[in-house]
Amino acid sequence: MAKISGAVEINRERCKGCNLCVVACPVDVLSLQPKEVNDRGYHFAYAAYPDKCIGCASCALVCPDSCIEVYRVVEK
Amino acid sequence: MNPEDIKRPENKVYSRPELLCDVSMHYCPGCSHGVVHKLVAEVLKEMGVEHNCIAVAPVGCAVFAYNYIGVDWIEAAHGRAPAVATGAKRLNPDRLVFTYQGDGDLAAIGTAETIHAANRGENITIIFINNAIYGMTGGQMAPTTLEGQKTATTPYGRRVDLNGYPLKISNLLAQLDGTCYVTRQSVHTPAAVRKAKAAIRHAFESSYSGHGTSVVEIVSTCNSGWKMSPAKANEWMVEHMFEAYPIGDLKNTVEK
Amino acid sequence: MKEDVKLMKGNEAIAHAAIRYGADGYFGYPITPQSEVLETLEALMPWETTGMVVLQAESEVASINMVYGGASTGKAVMTSSSSPGISLMQEGLSYIAAGELPVLVVNVMRGGPGLGTIHPSQSDYFQAVKGGGHGDYHFIVLAPSTVQEMADFVGLGFDLAFKYRTPAMLLADGVVGQMMEKVVLPPARPRRTEEEIAIQCPWAVTGHSAHRKPNVLTTLELDSAKMEVNNERFQRTYRLIEDNEVRYQEYYTDDADYIFIAFGSIARICLKAIEDAREQGLKIGLIRPITLWPFPSKIIAEMSHKCKGIMVVELNAGQMIEDVRLAVEGRVPVWHYGRMGGIVPNPPEVLDALKSHIDNA
Repeated sequence: MAKISGAVEINRERCKGCNLCVVACPVDVLSLQPKEVNDRGYHFAYAAYPDKCIGCASCALVCPDSCIEVYRVVEK
Repeated sequence: MNPEDIKRPENKVYSRPELLCDVSMHYCPGCSHGVVHKLVAEVLKEMGVEHNCIAVAPVGCAVFAYNYIGVDWIEAAHGRAPAVATGAKRLNPDRLVFTYQGDGDLAAIGTAETIHAANRGENITIIFINNAIYGMTGGQMAPTTLEGQKTATTPYGRRVDLNGYPLKISNLLAQLDGTCYVTRQSVHTPAAVRKAKAAIRHAFESSYSGHGTSVVEIVSTCNSGWKMSPAKANEWMVEHMFEAYPIGDLKNTVEK
Repeated sequence: MKEDVKLMKGNEAIAHAAIRYGADGYFGYPITPQSEVLETLEALMPWETTGMVVLQAESEVASINMVYGGASTGKAVMTSSSSPGISLMQEGLSYIAAGELPVLVVNVMRGGPGLGTIHPSQSDYFQAVKGGGHGDYHFIVLAPSTVQEMADFVGLGFDLAFKYRTPAMLLADGVVGQMMEKVVLPPARPRRTEEEIAIQCPWAVTGHSAHRKPNVLTTLELDSAKMEVNNERFQRTYRLIEDNEVRYQEYYTDDADYIFIAFGSIARICLKAIEDAREQGLKIGLIRPITLWPFPSKIIAEMSHKCKGIMVVELNAGQMIEDVRLAVEGRVPVWHYGRMGGIVPNPPEVLDALKSHIDNA
């Protein structure tokens, strides 16, 4: 069976840590940085469990700051 | 597969819209405006009208919309965007002209301009952000504020005996013969975002092709004004806002 | 269309002149005593000939904002109204000044304050020449005294507005608006093409941004330092206009002992009074400001060195007299004669007023 794998690229400086992508992700890939902040002081989002990503782009769709890019491959 | 191996240009399925300017928006974290801006930018580019478009910005949080979507913009006085758009469209009838307005701008101070532009059937699209509050000035009551909702000017909750009822202006606009498409959408989930984008595209196409005024109300959150986290604000919106402002098409006279 | 001699009202002349100038749009709302402007335009249907857009708006608030939207795209757009309607437009007029938009606004003044009267007045002088809305700004203000000038100043107003990228106002009174006179209508010229607009107005929000960066027309600037720079630019334009565009007309000033200063219809009444006075041996002259802003201060100052006294005659309680006094700087007495509420004085009344001031001096 084909396996779908995805990956996200998050612009950490544009991210405002609103957490909406974390909530939207159906496979719990994303999380906010618990301690680290970006230049503007936000706990930015990052792929805490990147292997689980299916490249569905749910995170990017709801991101108000358009700081997530999504990649997807179908492995045969 | 290693995520770094997946991140190749040929595998990219979602990127920042080209028409969105390469700047950080001033909106609060989690604000719905950012999502709607993104959808407008995507639709304009997909329609290929970005170089034949005049947009009109409101007074309110979206006053700086002209810094974010890379088309020609006119910044209107508070509430006057539909009149400004009327002037721009009448004198440039082959352009796609749209306004982007909040609830205070559109449904309070600009009610007359909104109703009459729609009643004349101006071939413009109105993108209407309804977050039930005045965000820019610090969270005061809006015409769309819900009964009982606390704001800076209704600290004990909106009382209808004092302040009247939440104004369902899209329902009013749907009654007018000049409107061709009136819809109410939201952007709180990936599915809702997809539907909202389709609605914006249909609205732009309907008015651009001369069918009259189209209105896309986006029931939105103002988590700062509501004093909630963005995720909590979405939940509150679903629970309370959708009852007063149900999602769906209110009127459509143009085949999708 | 060549030059054309007609008999018509001042308000009608404005409509004809606008079409012949090649104006792109008119947005207005009915109000006495200027409704003939909109009525005439609707009857002439210029959208069938020149392509000029004419639209009756839902209010003066809407019409001035339609003007703002249309003018933002580089088009030659105008509106007309009368005093209470012009008050409603003040917000939009301030935005138009801040947006440096070349528009033409016609005010056919009626008596106020409040709903007032529908009869002629000049009581919006302060509002017109000092700004009117919020912020530091000026309109170029032209004061026609004949139906001919009503027609001529439409073109002059638009030309000055585009030359300086600043709004112009035609400040008429109900007499000039309603009066019928012979008028030579200017020859018609075509509206500018899109290409001409793009060259003449590179700032215009045309929507055609393929070969340039997007244009944004905004009056908002939260950075105070930048907002001051904007204001300094406005003020430089105003100084340039003051240096180059002062217009006035002198009558019998060469040998005058006394000077009337009056604008619009009342200047014609003063002229009749002067002719009567000269038959009686009293040498009076008249300075008629054509631009109320920029104000013809220099000629008034010069005159104050030569004459014995100046009487400002206005259809108001005394407004232009303040600018006259600033120019005269106390060198000679400056008197006022004014009627309010829509009353227009006759020449003997004006002359008697001057004589009594002379007797009491």
